[in-house]
Amino acid sequence: MAEGLYTKRFDGRTFEECRPMTAKVGVVPSADGSASFETGDTKAIAVVRGPRTLHPQHMQNPRTGILRVSYGMMPFSVWDRIRPGPSRRSEEIGKVSEWALSSVVDLSGFPNTVVDVFIQIPKADAGTRVAGLNAAAMALAHAGLPMKEMLSAIAAGKADKTLLVDVDKAEEDFHDGEGATDIPLAITSRSKEIALLQLDGKISPEELTTSIEMAKKACDDILKVQMEALKNAGVQNG
Amino acid sequence: MAEKTRQIVIPGETICTGNEFLPGDGAYRDKTDIVANRYGIANVFEKHVKVTPVTGAYYPRRGNTMIATIVDITFNGWLLDFGGAGNAFLPVSEVSRYVNKNEMKEFLDFGESVIVKVWDVKARGVDASMKMRGFGKIEGGMILTVGPNKVPRIIGREGSMVKMIKDATGCNVTVGQNGKVWVSGNDTGMEVATKKIIEFITENATIAGLTAKVENFIKDMGLKNNKPEIIAENTDEDKATEEVEN
Amino acid sequence: MGEYVMPNLQREKIEEYLDEAGKRLDGRNANEHRVIIVEDDISPAAASAIRVKVGKTEVLCGVHLAPTTPYPDSPDEGTFMTGVELHPMASQQFDIGRPKINAIELGRVVDRGIRESGFIDFKGLCIEKGEKVWQVFVDIIAINDDGNLLDVSGIAALIALGRARMPVYNEEEGRAEHEFTTNGIPLNKKAMSLNMTFHQVGKTIVTDVSKEEEHISKFRVSIAIGDNDGKPRITAMQKGKAGTINVTAMQDVLKSAEETWKELFPKIKEYAFN
Repeated sequence: MAEGLYTKRFDGRTFEECRPMTAKVGVVPSADGSASFETGDTKAIAVVRGPRTLHPQHMQNPRTGILRVSYGMMPFSVWDRIRPGPSRRSEEIGKVSEWALSSVVDLSGFPNTVVDVFIQIPKADAGTRVAGLNAAAMALAHAGLPMKEMLSAIAAGKADKTLLVDVDKAEEDFHDGEGATDIPLAITSRSKEIALLQLDGKISPEELTTSIEMAKKACDDILKVQMEALKNAGVQNG
Repeated sequence: MAEKTRQIVIPGETICTGNEFLPGDGAYRDKTDIVANRYGIANVFEKHVKVTPVTGAYYPRRGNTMIATIVDITFNGWLLDFGGAGNAFLPVSEVSRYVNKNEMKEFLDFGESVIVKVWDVKARGVDASMKMRGFGKIEGGMILTVGPNKVPRIIGREGSMVKMIKDATGCNVTVGQNGKVWVSGNDTGMEVATKKIIEFITENATIAGLTAKVENFIKDMGLKNNKPEIIAENTDEDKATEEVEN
Repeated sequence: MGEYVMPNLQREKIEEYLDEAGKRLDGRNANEHRVIIVEDDISPAAASAIRVKVGKTEVLCGVHLAPTTPYPDSPDEGTFMTGVELHPMASQQFDIGRPKINAIELGRVVDRGIRESGFIDFKGLCIEKGEKVWQVFVDIIAINDDGNLLDVSGIAALIALGRARMPVYNEEEGRAEHEFTTNGIPLNKKAMSLNMTFHQVGKTIVTDVSKEEEHISKFRVSIAIGDNDGKPRITAMQKGKAGTINVTAMQDVLKSAEETWKELFPKIKEYAFN
């Protein structure tokens, strides 16, 4: 089916197939909500703390609580050590993740408060921001916060002429032909709308439309994994 | 037909479909669907649908019993930490006796703990009261943090679990809906035993047949079910505990 | 960054039970350590990356090696750096952003415990004298704080170093390949030193503090102890918090340190080098 230079995936997956996924909630006992999400050699931990009163007071919003998302890669997550602490990259990813999650979380019932989401990446083989969002959506649900729906995220992409989903590092580094295109996307679980979209590479509008459709299908698979983790954690509670 | 079904739902999940259903807490309507607005247990009772959270932080509600600690003293009341967002306010007018504004510290000092009732929840904060019987300052014993979602398990059906613990250890056990438990007895060893039992319950809260398991756990600890005299006298604490049940 | 609120009655109960029964609210004796659990393979890109859990306290720790230019005053020695992040995910009391003094002090105490013992064979990390040496990074990230992050971090660092593998070195390009050898990194295993922290709670010296005990203690003393032919030898120390230590307390600390070391040190060695 695939034309061009990338006809068979390095790890043998089909082009519509995600890497093996695992998800878990309640990974950090002292938090209000927490979850981990793993796909291949990429893993994200997300921790939710709050709502709690926001300080300084002038930052407070009397109409709603504020969602604050931070993202960071652990120093040993990749081959070249990452310096701990915020970087321009991590700040940007934190912000786009915050926008994505804010579209499903409703904090209007908690005025003057803040809800913190901390996303950390202990191991990385591309797709860390989308793994982070998958974990964060679960952690927010686990924190019992009002959410009108869930959210799942995937890096769709293209290697030379071939469209695919769940791009790994080797594919992200594909240089032949048209090279690699990386499209991180977050899709809401019920309305199926786009909550995060970034693109880096070269792609035609038609190909992008197809990519988004492929991403939506992949997100359905991811949602099942997220859902199962949440349901298992609470299943005997009743 | 008063059918009642319970299932774990996630945000955005359709709980049931039909115009006859009414969304309550934690649910909303999307056309003919009733959809979960949070993660938790969906309860459908006489066409009324609500989702009860099973995890997450504590949100005070009017009428809740809380175990809290004084973190600040203002000119007209006390600020209480209850383990939630912000602090609760206990006005000087909401305590059991008249307190002169010069002797507020003598009545309740920094770090002292109280059992209070939530009488109002506003955007700006939570107001508390301890005028009623069964509420007031607590001394001695220890405070355990179990989290708000474990509270129903610790209390048990009609207070059965908490009674079992009390009978086994002879300690008073007061459960606040804010997920704090005050354990107080004559002997610290027994208080620690009580703590162990409560921790066993919180760690196994999701397991079916919990009561029997707790019974065995108590037996394995070598504790007998002897009813201590102290419980009979202290009906106030019992009352506070009972009020925790919904 | 909520202030940690400790009810007075709780503080009194903890102190009273320790002073009267020598016991703690979690049932432990004053000098009893919680069980240590170690998990491997946290990140395939690290020379080693592990998870260490002590009770509910949990850290991730990774070791990373990279070729670098040596310092002019030690041209044939590798370099070593420890970073500790008290990430806000781990506790309501930790802030985001630059490391605050608590994280800095913790990192330095862990660093000193390793560096001063001579555990790392710095000369063995030399690739070419004056030109290239290996730089060893130990990064520790707190995941959940339930007390004694100081010792848990130190334990994690030792075990991670013990389990680390040397990267394959590309001589032509002077860099590490994305591949590891089966060799460990150069260590003087006999010189390993274990950092243990003791707090005075009430009148009692307590090992491996819980979060509550840590909060109410009068002072803490960290002691790094190594093995001198079967006898304990102190290699680094640090006193923390504002309280002062009297003669009896100091003796109690040393006694507890020796006991804890005898019990713990072989276990840590087993974890690090098994």
